[in-house]
Amino acid sequence: MPKHTIADILRGLEAKTFSSEEITQQYLDAIAKHDSKFNSFITVTGEQALSQARAADTARQKGAAGALCGVPIAHKDIFCTEGVRTSCASKMLDNFIAPYNATVVDRLASAGVVTLGKTNLDEFAMGSSNETSFYGPVRNPWNTDCVPGGSSGGSAAAIAAGMAPAATGTDTGGSIRQPAALCGLTGLKPTYGRVSRYGMIAFASSLDQGGPMAKTAEDNALLLQAMAGFDHRDSTSMNVAVPDYVAGLSKDLSGLKIGVPKEYFSDGLAPDIAAAIEASLDVYRKMGAEIKTISLPHTHLAVPCYYIIAPAEASTNLSRFDGVRYGYRCENPKDLDDLYTRTRAEGFGAEVKRRILIGTYALSSGFYDAYYRKAQQIRRLIKQDFDEAFKSVDIIAGPTTPNPAFALGEKVSDPVTMYLEDIYTIAVNLAGLPAISLPAGFTQGKPIGLQLIGRDFDETTLLAAAHQYQQRSDWHQQAAPGSV
Amino acid sequence: MEWEVVIGLEIHVQLTTKSKIFSGSSTAFGADANTQASAVDLAMPGTLPVLNEQAVKNAILFGLAINADICRDSVFDRKNYFYPDLPKGYQTTQMDFPIVGPGIVEITLSDGSTRSVRVHHAHLEEDAGKSLHEDYQGMSGIDLNRAGTPLIEIVSEPDMRSAEEAVAYLRKIHSIVTYLGISDGDMSQGSLRCDANVSIRPKGQEEYGTRAELKNINSFRFVERAIKTEVLRQIELIEDGGKVKQETRLYDSDKNETRPMRSKEEANDYRYFPCPDLLPVHVEQSLIDELLAGMPELPDAKRQRFESDFGLSAYDAYLLTGERAVADYFEVAANSAGDAKLAANWVNGELSASLNRDNLSINASPVSAEQLGGLIQRIRDNSISGKIAKQVFDALWNKEGDSADAIIDSKGLKQVSDSGALGAMVDEVLAANPEQVEQFRAADEGKRKKMLGFFVGQIMKASKGQANPGVINKLLNEKLGG
Repeated sequence: MPKHTIADILRGLEAKTFSSEEITQQYLDAIAKHDSKFNSFITVTGEQALSQARAADTARQKGAAGALCGVPIAHKDIFCTEGVRTSCASKMLDNFIAPYNATVVDRLASAGVVTLGKTNLDEFAMGSSNETSFYGPVRNPWNTDCVPGGSSGGSAAAIAAGMAPAATGTDTGGSIRQPAALCGLTGLKPTYGRVSRYGMIAFASSLDQGGPMAKTAEDNALLLQAMAGFDHRDSTSMNVAVPDYVAGLSKDLSGLKIGVPKEYFSDGLAPDIAAAIEASLDVYRKMGAEIKTISLPHTHLAVPCYYIIAPAEASTNLSRFDGVRYGYRCENPKDLDDLYTRTRAEGFGAEVKRRILIGTYALSSGFYDAYYRKAQQIRRLIKQDFDEAFKSVDIIAGPTTPNPAFALGEKVSDPVTMYLEDIYTIAVNLAGLPAISLPAGFTQGKPIGLQLIGRDFDETTLLAAAHQYQQRSDWHQQAAPGSV
Repeated sequence: MEWEVVIGLEIHVQLTTKSKIFSGSSTAFGADANTQASAVDLAMPGTLPVLNEQAVKNAILFGLAINADICRDSVFDRKNYFYPDLPKGYQTTQMDFPIVGPGIVEITLSDGSTRSVRVHHAHLEEDAGKSLHEDYQGMSGIDLNRAGTPLIEIVSEPDMRSAEEAVAYLRKIHSIVTYLGISDGDMSQGSLRCDANVSIRPKGQEEYGTRAELKNINSFRFVERAIKTEVLRQIELIEDGGKVKQETRLYDSDKNETRPMRSKEEANDYRYFPCPDLLPVHVEQSLIDELLAGMPELPDAKRQRFESDFGLSAYDAYLLTGERAVADYFEVAANSAGDAKLAANWVNGELSASLNRDNLSINASPVSAEQLGGLIQRIRDNSISGKIAKQVFDALWNKEGDSADAIIDSKGLKQVSDSGALGAMVDEVLAANPEQVEQFRAADEGKRKKMLGFFVGQIMKASKGQANPGVINKLLNEKLGG
């Protein structure tokens, strides 16, 4: 059964140990046989995958192989894929077949990847547990009573279970890093503007960023290489040169200054996780890094700030789902108001409605200054905290989450404690910075994530720091008990 | 009580860019429904707007033309409301930081007096699609071809005090945007649309009255009628003890009345906030310099030049410079005629009347500026009289010949100035009217002048209008005086 990394697969394809068609078939078989336990895929594109794999094999034979030629991966079902349902895990888009590819999908396709299918997520990426999906919750391969995290929970579970070597994810407040942490994976949220958002269904436009999820930092580098770069179709994508991330993995990190925010080690943090993070810092010390305690004084404001800005943007981003042009439409609307009201009442799930309501409220006349404008001011303060910190350190390290994977249903009825699971990841999105989560230990048999945060557009240092840690640890090589 | 009318206009101008403001779709008018709507225009999931730079340049040009401040970092906002022809559920527009700041527009009234109207700001935004309520048997059709067409909305201060001023201001805006070439200004196709905020107050009162917003005014004529109708309604209402309600009213041009719009929009909270998909629009000084350098001559400058270079009256110059095409036509005609004053009379007179009669724009005039110039030359060198010239003009209009000369030749319309030939004609007329000759000779100086006209008329008739009136006058004076 496949437990390969992308790097392994590329070596195998190059050495003709197996063909893309063979390895693709193995992953498709694994999905067919085991995904009923995890529910990580919404749509499996078997036929298409095999035909892409055969094309990749031909290309490789002809010596025309792209960087990822023949590597099967999965796409979070938030990226539009031409001719294939793109549901965003919502009833609203259950019937939506995108007539175009997201830029990320196009770029990975031109690098030669094979698409196994579309992975489950929280509806419209709104959630930290993958329990808000219209297609049902995803289960964590490390403990099927637990959530895989969210919103990219399907991508995380698929990789952790061995049903895909890697997948795309999106991260608005931690949606790549938190499931990566909870499923024992490595996942990178790039700098805002590094990866095009075109064709990636918007949750909160100023925070959303697509990125890779895989077992290793090396695989993250390989994927990011293909995904990153300016896109004229996304005005917020930045025209900044894309460095060679794979070459950067071996970058000399001696003298690396790592800041550890004292605010991250408060009462809410599980003691086992605090200990695992301390232990990982020792690894870095041994690698010659300098560890410094720093302060990010506005950390406590990140969650409340985020839960104004993200819902505010979402409340209008989701206005287009009105039953007029595509997607779900209620039966026999009486009139226009009825069409709107019932389409949206029936098409959206509870968490999405909750956030639309919060966002609508925050933008309402009379409340705008108190909420939205204030949140934008706080956002600037949070960004300034990081700017200040990066004057004296190169990267910032801490836990990805305060707790390991929690039980399904445990936090559904209490959204605020759910929201607090994202306390370490959210500030990074507000500041637009790149951050990576990598496996750093276990507690009660569940993975622990170490988060490294970098300067704008310095994914290279993050990937190198993660990669070189992974050469000195084997957390990332542990297989989940539920994996195939 | 004497009432003062207070009017402010909001003018939407469609910009003539090839593609839409946030997508690559064409903006051409009249295509089949929904054939010019891309995934972005349909607000398909995941699509994103990309700002059309030409639309920004067009807006800046307008700002420069009215001496306005150009906002160096203007911001697009989302105006949120649900309507089927608004695909995203919000209109992308500019609220707090519009691209064009305060400016001034000078208007000229029919008595030649001028006024300044302040422009509060002008902002860039996207047009919505169209809802088609007919032909769908109880349903509505949505055409998104227009969705995303770039607009500037020009918001005036409440500086106008009569319907005439409002029309003059609207015409001036029309003239500026068409001079700049940033809009075709075609009101019949909705390229230029106008909403009017109208209120009244007792003359001398500083405080404004409650205003009504008139929508759907789609011609210059209707602007005037709609405002006058609304003003009368408000005066009657107040004088009957009523109160004007702040509301949006629709102008019905068929019934010439305004009536409240059945509108839930009034209660809408648009929840404006900066659009996170678009960066602030940063404008460099170099772009402003470049646009200034390429700025065409504007109506005011042209009017002054026509007055000083061509010696035209202020009113003639004002009429000629209202439309750039008219001004261009005039300049060609004047240069080819060698007489600007005559050219101005012909363009503002015969040509303008004929165009109106046949409902043609000057670009579609059957008589070209060169042809008109050629015609005027023949008037100047006395080849034809003014009266014959109108005949020649009509012949040109009807395409009976390629030039005034050709028509004069083929129809034998050349003026007769030869005193021999005309002398014989004068003699005949005098011989045929002995009674009148007697009366003339008996009359005093004052009466004679009037009676001379009779003889001139008879001779013109006999010569089929071709006799040179100057020569006839001279001959008559000689022969009658003798």
